[in-house]
Amino acid sequence: MVDLSLARGLDQAPAVPAVELQGIARRFARRWVLRGISIRVQPGEAVGLMGRNGSGKTTLLRIISTALSATRGTGRIYGHDLLNDGAGVRELVGVLGHAAGLYEDLTAMENLRFALRMAGRVADRDQIRQALVTVRLGHEENERVRNFSAGMRRRLGLARLLMRPPQLLLLDEPYAAFDADGVDLVNDFVRETVRAGGAALISTHDLARALPVVTRVIRIVDGVAVDGPPPVADGEDDEASPLRDLRTVEGGLR
Amino acid sequence: MSLSSEFARARAIAWKDLTAERRTKANFNAVLFFTALILLLFGFALGPDQQALREAAAGVLWLTVLFGGVLSFNRSYEMELEGGALEALLLYPGDRRALFVGKLIANLAFLVLIEVILVPVAAILYDLPLLSGGGFFGVLLLGTIGFVTLGTFYAAMASRVRAREVLLPLLLFPMLVPLLLSAVEATKSLLVGNLMGDASSWVRLLVVFDVIFLVATFFAFEYVIEE
Repeated sequence: MVDLSLARGLDQAPAVPAVELQGIARRFARRWVLRGISIRVQPGEAVGLMGRNGSGKTTLLRIISTALSATRGTGRIYGHDLLNDGAGVRELVGVLGHAAGLYEDLTAMENLRFALRMAGRVADRDQIRQALVTVRLGHEENERVRNFSAGMRRRLGLARLLMRPPQLLLLDEPYAAFDADGVDLVNDFVRETVRAGGAALISTHDLARALPVVTRVIRIVDGVAVDGPPPVADGEDDEASPLRDLRTVEGGLR
Repeated sequence: MSLSSEFARARAIAWKDLTAERRTKANFNAVLFFTALILLLFGFALGPDQQALREAAAGVLWLTVLFGGVLSFNRSYEMELEGGALEALLLYPGDRRALFVGKLIANLAFLVLIEVILVPVAAILYDLPLLSGGGFFGVLLLGTIGFVTLGTFYAAMASRVRAREVLLPLLLFPMLVPLLLSAVEATKSLLVGNLMGDASSWVRLLVVFDVIFLVATFFAFEYVIEE
């Protein structure tokens, strides 16, 4: 179980929607990737985000995190406007993306110390050690990241999130490069975030691994969001689709 | 976030850049050898005439600093692009201009260190009377501050473009013309005397450019770093 005793302030999550998007669209050159996404995610929800490759899942998460601005549309994260209050949004959001965003020539300990300083926190050595032990990197604290495997980098990225638990967790293919133990770490973190009143959006092609934590699925089809289970006839999801099993999970899809 | 915590974030970025550079020395060694080579080649090109060398020294020195600086500015953002670190940096809470200030401090420290080694080499090759006055080092610092400020800003702008190595000098060098002219003339006045006026008027101009560049880039940074 992930120890989130480091979490502070999640229990006081406000009663406004965690994510509220209206008509979010994004164009890259002449191609519209998102054509008008309108979704609402409440605190306490862990939502799976699905769609084909290139459907815009990552783009949507980047817009919600303020890494990218929308071409059209509006959105609010816990009441903070995406366009006009990016700094307020960033206080609440934590991202585990495709790339871990680490520095190869710094050690694991130095990377986390830097992350704490950038978040405006005191770089407490014990807190960093605790986070490293939680993600099973306790013995590698003085190793340079350059020598880490892909899975170890993902674990270090997760440790960075553990030190500053967000109210809104944005996970982009979070299970990539993780072993079974790593998958459990991610899912425990999602559970604890949601239990503490936060919310999570999990973009994944591997829904089977997210099944224990997701409460709802949103699919992105042709640049728009489709709430609920996908049509069975869709070519992407055949008889073996984990989504078919999802319907049998009590409390799974709503 | 308060001003002190924003400055602490800027310090963290400078610390991170300098620590990584201290470990690898990849950029430092490359820039040092490159700039020393330029000084040497210009020396060969100008010939053995001591007077000609001395008169060209100010221009050669500043061009060498410029070329070396462009290499290091590019590298400074490359580090952020590896492994998606730039996006992670932009997602931290707080003012994104802390990133600019941190990069500026790190680039300034880096280039000053290069100059500390480069200037004695130039003094030997070009027969310069460096110890005759401290004014030379003041001019060097003022020119470097302006150059690093613009370089850090434009390197951020070019960082997300595929041909950034080419784009950075194309963007940066035209903007540097007034600063370069002031720096070269001030340096020349101090080293060999200059018919275009005494050093103080050029130094005043350098100060004005530094202030304008610092203020303008600080406030514009947030817009150029966004994708």
